[in-house]
Amino acid sequence: MVSGGVLCAIALVAVIGPWISPNEYLTADFNNILRSPAFADGHVFGTDDLGRDLFVRTMMGVQVTFAVAIVASVVSLVIGVLYGATAGFVGGRVDAVMMRLVDTLYAMPFIFFVILLLVVFERNFLLIFVAIGAINWLDMARIVRGQTLSLREREFVQAAQLLGVSTPKIILRHIAPNLIGVVIVYVTLTIPQAILIESFLSFLGLGVQEPQTSLGKLVNDGTDQMESAAWLLLIPATLLALILLCFNFLGDGMRDLFDSRRSE
Amino acid sequence: MLRYTLRRLLGAIPTLFLVIVLAFLLVHAAPGGPFDDERALPAEIEANIAAAYHLDEPLPLQFLRYLGGVVRGDFGPSYSYRDYTVSELIGRSFPVSLQLGVLAMLLAAVTGVSLGVVAALRQNTALDKIVMGVAMTGISIPVFVIAPLLVLLLAVQLQWLPASWTGSDSGSRLLLPVISLALPQIAYIARLTRASLIEVLSSDFIRTARAQGLGTAAIVRYHALKPAMLPVLSYMGPAVAAVLTGSVVVEEIFGIPGLGQLFVRGSLNRDYTLVLGVVIFYAALIVLLNLIVDLLYGAIDPRIRRR
Amino acid sequence: MSLLEVRDLCIRYGDNEVVSGLSFSVGSSESVGLVGESGSGKTQTALAIMGLLPGNAAVGGSIAFDGREIVGAAERQLDRLRAERIGMVFQDPMQALNPYIPIGKQLRRVLLRHGIGDGRKADQRVMHMLDRVGLPDPARQFRAYAHQLSGGMRQRVMIASALIADPDLLIADEPTTALDVTVQAQILDLLERIRDETALLLITHDLGIIAGHCERLLVIDNGRLVEAGPTRKLFSEPQSAHTRKLIDAAPRLDGVTRPAPAPGDRVLETEAVSVSYVERRAELHAVLDLDLQLMAGETVAVVGESGSGKSSFVRAVLGLIPMRAGRVTFLGEELSGPARSRAVEMRRDLQLVFQDPAGSLNPQLRIESIIAEPLSVHAPELDAGGRRERVADALQRVGLDEQLLSRFPHQLSGGQAQRAAIARALIVNPKVLVCDEAVAALDGSVRAQILDLLRREQEATGLAIVFISHDLAVVRSISHRVMVLYLGRLVELADCAAMFARPRHPYTRALLDAVPVPDPLAPGGKLSLGGEMPSIINPPPGCAFHPRCRFALPRCRTEPPRARPVGAARVACHRAEELEL
Repeated sequence: MVSGGVLCAIALVAVIGPWISPNEYLTADFNNILRSPAFADGHVFGTDDLGRDLFVRTMMGVQVTFAVAIVASVVSLVIGVLYGATAGFVGGRVDAVMMRLVDTLYAMPFIFFVILLLVVFERNFLLIFVAIGAINWLDMARIVRGQTLSLREREFVQAAQLLGVSTPKIILRHIAPNLIGVVIVYVTLTIPQAILIESFLSFLGLGVQEPQTSLGKLVNDGTDQMESAAWLLLIPATLLALILLCFNFLGDGMRDLFDSRRSE
Repeated sequence: MLRYTLRRLLGAIPTLFLVIVLAFLLVHAAPGGPFDDERALPAEIEANIAAAYHLDEPLPLQFLRYLGGVVRGDFGPSYSYRDYTVSELIGRSFPVSLQLGVLAMLLAAVTGVSLGVVAALRQNTALDKIVMGVAMTGISIPVFVIAPLLVLLLAVQLQWLPASWTGSDSGSRLLLPVISLALPQIAYIARLTRASLIEVLSSDFIRTARAQGLGTAAIVRYHALKPAMLPVLSYMGPAVAAVLTGSVVVEEIFGIPGLGQLFVRGSLNRDYTLVLGVVIFYAALIVLLNLIVDLLYGAIDPRIRRR
Repeated sequence: MSLLEVRDLCIRYGDNEVVSGLSFSVGSSESVGLVGESGSGKTQTALAIMGLLPGNAAVGGSIAFDGREIVGAAERQLDRLRAERIGMVFQDPMQALNPYIPIGKQLRRVLLRHGIGDGRKADQRVMHMLDRVGLPDPARQFRAYAHQLSGGMRQRVMIASALIADPDLLIADEPTTALDVTVQAQILDLLERIRDETALLLITHDLGIIAGHCERLLVIDNGRLVEAGPTRKLFSEPQSAHTRKLIDAAPRLDGVTRPAPAPGDRVLETEAVSVSYVERRAELHAVLDLDLQLMAGETVAVVGESGSGKSSFVRAVLGLIPMRAGRVTFLGEELSGPARSRAVEMRRDLQLVFQDPAGSLNPQLRIESIIAEPLSVHAPELDAGGRRERVADALQRVGLDEQLLSRFPHQLSGGQAQRAAIARALIVNPKVLVCDEAVAALDGSVRAQILDLLRREQEATGLAIVFISHDLAVVRSISHRVMVLYLGRLVELADCAAMFARPRHPYTRALLDAVPVPDPLAPGGKLSLGGEMPSIINPPPGCAFHPRCRFALPRCRTEPPRARPVGAARVACHRAEELEL
């Protein structure tokens, strides 16, 4: 729960930050390059090798990171849930085939395909979301399918079928509400995965491009300057780790909450 | 048991096939060719080169030709490293990556499981919370953050360990890359082990063991550990995949001439065959590993063997 | 001094006191029964004696075993007591045995732990024990895994593990609740024979079992000792109201049976229904050739142990699983195809109540929505007011309070939840109600109330009931006719009173004999049938029952008997006419 609060705080700062700061993330001020963090001159986090204010750029990075994470997670959520629920509910042959596909995809070194995709199709912002969504949906599909399967065998679903309730109504009234719990838990866990993937790609130089930035890219840049301007690495790295940590705690907390409710 | 093994083996083949097909299509679907970056050549010579590499043939034919090669172990020539075949290149870079990967996995497995068991047995005590807190942090920090940070701390500031691969010759140059790779896995495995052991320890049959007077040590050793390891075992597949992925980063940062680096260079250079070769090689590794994991799973859980 | 002396035992979880001021003793070689309904604290007491309560339990009072104090003792000391001095048998052997290790190894581990023999001697002792508990071929079973054994065999292994270190006291917590009634008789008989000088503390909710196996009796309710004394005295002159209530609610085999219903129309008929499953290219016959006629206003019970096919049969009739052959006629029309494709009216008139009340109710919906749901399908023309009226009426019929409408299933007790499930089934006024072990999960007194409600409803509306159960005492109190199944085949179909008075098939006789009766002078629960029901993977040739039948002839081994009229019943036995059972 604490993490929820922290996350909101970060998000807030990230959105508001660039507004209130006197500096622009674009302007390169060559008079001021590589300044260490200091409150006095208005560069709270210091500047980078092109004289750009790090605070603003970091906030920008956080914005981008959040945006990518949320969009990509939604994409993988939608695909995963639809796929998994269909496989689980229809069952039989269809389910077996669908799950075979998932198992096959799971075995592939997907991240390599993604890298391949990105290199091959040039660095397209949209493609990043697609790529991340394409990796993440597998887990969600598996979980949803498992849950749907076990729900289908639950007696209250059988009871509804016997009563004559139509199939769409059964899905809507009986299956879906019992899926929400699991879905929420896993979404909060896939978001950090999405962030990790995006950061990873940016780190390799395949993600967001100049002049925009994301936390991953900032870490990459910072690594280059590591020996002379350590803060360029430390600040974005810490922030990234903090965000991921909060999401993971959040996800864990939700999972505990959900499990205890289920066993009631 | 034998039938189970055979069935798993057979199941692995279509997976591999699918991988090859997908990779092939992807690589060839990309705009541009492997020689685009070079100086513009007269049309004739371009045509000759294309013919020599069979690039002018229809795609399905190229695929079959490629498939034929793969089955024989020949992944074709590299387009960017002209003097070498892909197989040779892979053969040269793989041992380093293997060394890195195996060490990292060993470190991760041993440390992770030990930490997890300790945390589970001391559930809810201060020790448990500390270990889990550290583990949580370990998961949250990506490899490409840990590695530079470690370098910053241990190599630059404290000067204990070498910062790059080529900078020194000693075994200690392995330390930082292996640790960087292993840390997130240690964290994840520790958490997994702990959760799994706690759950097993609350099973009815553990209660029976306690009612039989077996002490905690005996219970963990003879009754609880094997089943508790099952989820960890299942995780080994994805773990190796994660280490492979991470190795790309680590090799970049430390300048290690391994397979990951080869892949990135190949992608940037549009070296079709190299990229394909590496992807297929990795996929085969993962499939093989999943197979081993499945077999081990069957060895531990007798109920699985019937199917 | 008694072997076990419990004084003022209190067990508390936070603010919740589950056991308070419990005092009793068990002498050496004595057999004492601890009886109470679920939640009364009996299992907690057993765990306390073993020192196995979870960490968050606060224990007060004293438990002295052979002079040594158990409450607050160190784990290591308790370990020495366990298995060597006190052994415990748990309820569900499937869960209580380690599924990953061969059973022989588990038993050997106990011996090694307590320093009884080494390697080979330990193995020998294990096999000796396996033989003593009646496992065939102990050498092979040594290497077997728990899931390869049947329920009865698993419980034998559990008993072996509890007794192998030769303890002075054996605690058995509901040791037969998960077992079939004939197997239960075997296990109880085994316990009797094998315990020798070991004292027995038998924990159960079943007064019939107590009556037949315990010299002394402790009645526990809500964590408190209500009454204690010699078994015979307690049954003949119960002092406390609670004990009296338990005795009255205990199902018996000699109560009044129901009079025949007024003649009515035939509502449900099945002809030669067969159900089979395909597993690994082999066809397994779960149900073979069953005929059934059900009239309005009557209850027909379908009785059988696990593996008898009773659930498969009913589910096929309901359309939940496919039939391999046969015809089902409902209200004059033929039913075919899965439930999904059947006409809506058919589905309205044929309703089902499941065994697990909580599982059959959607945990996300309130009771009101759950009960009203059938109306949205079968009476869509009703407005909100109309629906509320129908719901209120249904509540009244099942005896549920209106207050419960806004609650969720997990907030209801087992009995309340089952009433809600019945309300949901009855709200559309069906013609036939199928009850699949509908009272099996309920306590004695609640069970009696539910059965009462079903009887009343039937008499008021002419509802026909198909009642699936393995519990003969329950069956007797509610059925007009009874159908006994064995391995998917009809064995006997007769009028209820007649069948109980004079069964015509050896299996029926064995079933009746095995039922424990809450009468210490005639406790029933006799062991008259060895072995267990075979699996459908490998059915015996000829008559499916012949390997276990005392009266089998060579003919029975080759020729399956057909169900035919014998007296007023239908019996599938070659010797039905001549046997005096």
